[in-house]
Amino acid sequence: MTTAEDLRRTALHERHVAAGARLVPFAGWEMPVQYVGVKDEHLAVRNDCGVFDVSHMGEIRTSGPQALEFLQRILSNDVTKIAVGGAQYSVLCKPDGGILDDLFTYRLSDDVYLTVTNASNHAKDLAWFRQHAEGFDVTVDDAFDDYAMLAVQGPNARRIVGELLDAELPAPFRIAAMSWEPAHPADSADQDVPVELLVAGTGYTGEDGVELLVAPESAAALWDAVVAAGAAPAGLGARDTLRLEACYHLYGNDLSEDRDPIGAGLGWACKEDTGFLGCDAVRDVRAQGNGAHPDGLKLVPFRFTDKGIPRPGNEVVGGGVVTSGTFSPTLEVGIGLAYVPVEHATPGTPIEIDVRGRVRPAEVATRPLYKRPA
Amino acid sequence: MADASYPEDLKYHPEHDWARIDGDTAVFGITWFAQDALGEVVFVDLPEVGSTVTKDQSYAEVESVKAVSDVIAPLSGEIVAINDDLEGGPEAINEASYDGGWLVKVRLSEPAQVDDLLDRDAYVASLD
Repeated sequence: MTTAEDLRRTALHERHVAAGARLVPFAGWEMPVQYVGVKDEHLAVRNDCGVFDVSHMGEIRTSGPQALEFLQRILSNDVTKIAVGGAQYSVLCKPDGGILDDLFTYRLSDDVYLTVTNASNHAKDLAWFRQHAEGFDVTVDDAFDDYAMLAVQGPNARRIVGELLDAELPAPFRIAAMSWEPAHPADSADQDVPVELLVAGTGYTGEDGVELLVAPESAAALWDAVVAAGAAPAGLGARDTLRLEACYHLYGNDLSEDRDPIGAGLGWACKEDTGFLGCDAVRDVRAQGNGAHPDGLKLVPFRFTDKGIPRPGNEVVGGGVVTSGTFSPTLEVGIGLAYVPVEHATPGTPIEIDVRGRVRPAEVATRPLYKRPA
Repeated sequence: MADASYPEDLKYHPEHDWARIDGDTAVFGITWFAQDALGEVVFVDLPEVGSTVTKDQSYAEVESVKAVSDVIAPLSGEIVAINDDLEGGPEAINEASYDGGWLVKVRLSEPAQVDDLLDRDAYVASLD
């Protein structure tokens, strides 16, 4: 059993405690699940701006003359498509096509890439990178301790961060090195001024926004400035409900080493012609033509058509299983992601979910479950 | 959410339930501690009127965004009323856990079980 003493704390731990956060163990970290309440924080991100501490996410820096060739070998997407300052989502596959992790990779310069890992997979990913780097002229660095990470998300996120940095922010799916002049540098004697940070136009909420990667010693001052400018602290509870409304996968729930990217709905992030590790297995599954795992199951979003809340592990009547489920604060119904037989995977198909012995009616939905107004 | 409170006139079950006894009937609900631990309640699944509940057994489910929690019956009996208002307004459990957030009204089958319940001070002491 993990005790509180074993848990790692982010550079923002004291801020969370001071804000009255409820702290929970998450992937070996002590993380804020909520501050004032999941619903309020969720709606703050949908309607205004929220800031998340996502410093538990890991980073791997890959650099060197063959960085591109190496990443093309292990990442499922076509890495040649990432321009300098660009970002790309991909899957890390085992040779059998099982998913080791899902990742964002940013190209910082010609031959320097930064890959963001899931907290629970970071050590495994790093070992995988290093193991497969043999024979390539690359350097793989664990950059976990180099960065704290803040996700500022919501319709007002870009305005808030843009005013703070007094500069134009990178477009969606772009990244840029920027600097920040704190208004009260005396508050931050430990840090270099101006503060250097990476700003990426990415997120996990279905809203516009940015993610900020900054040295841990500058994270608290940056957090304070973003909060003072109007961002509401938001915890992992809201992060989960937001990502589920947006139908983003969560590794460990919706993705695992036993699932291939095709059945998980990530075929769009796999380019088998690049020859990535696992490409043969993925090509075989794709060749079935039904977008499902070899066992005939396929990940779909669904919403309840009556009351109840689905939870991970609930069985789909007639075959299949819920891998993510919650109450949607925006839609005000139970929503989730489930692996269902491909013949039941068409949007609009009625399905039934067994929620602890009660059969609840649901409907397969289109992705995303919530889309922000244009 | 309201501040922590534990009224003197209620009886308490260690699983964080309260009972307001009135002769051979009682109203049940969950305590401030229970609703605070759960967070914002978004769904309540109550038993039907006419069904029976058994002391120390689960009779209802209360769900927050993140979690589901069984509600334990502090006493045994037959359900004579349920709080229908919770279907459209489950947040009453957070906002008024001892009033508008009541769950069920029960005709007690073994009123002597009341002696097993905790008074306010004993329950509050159990929270430390």
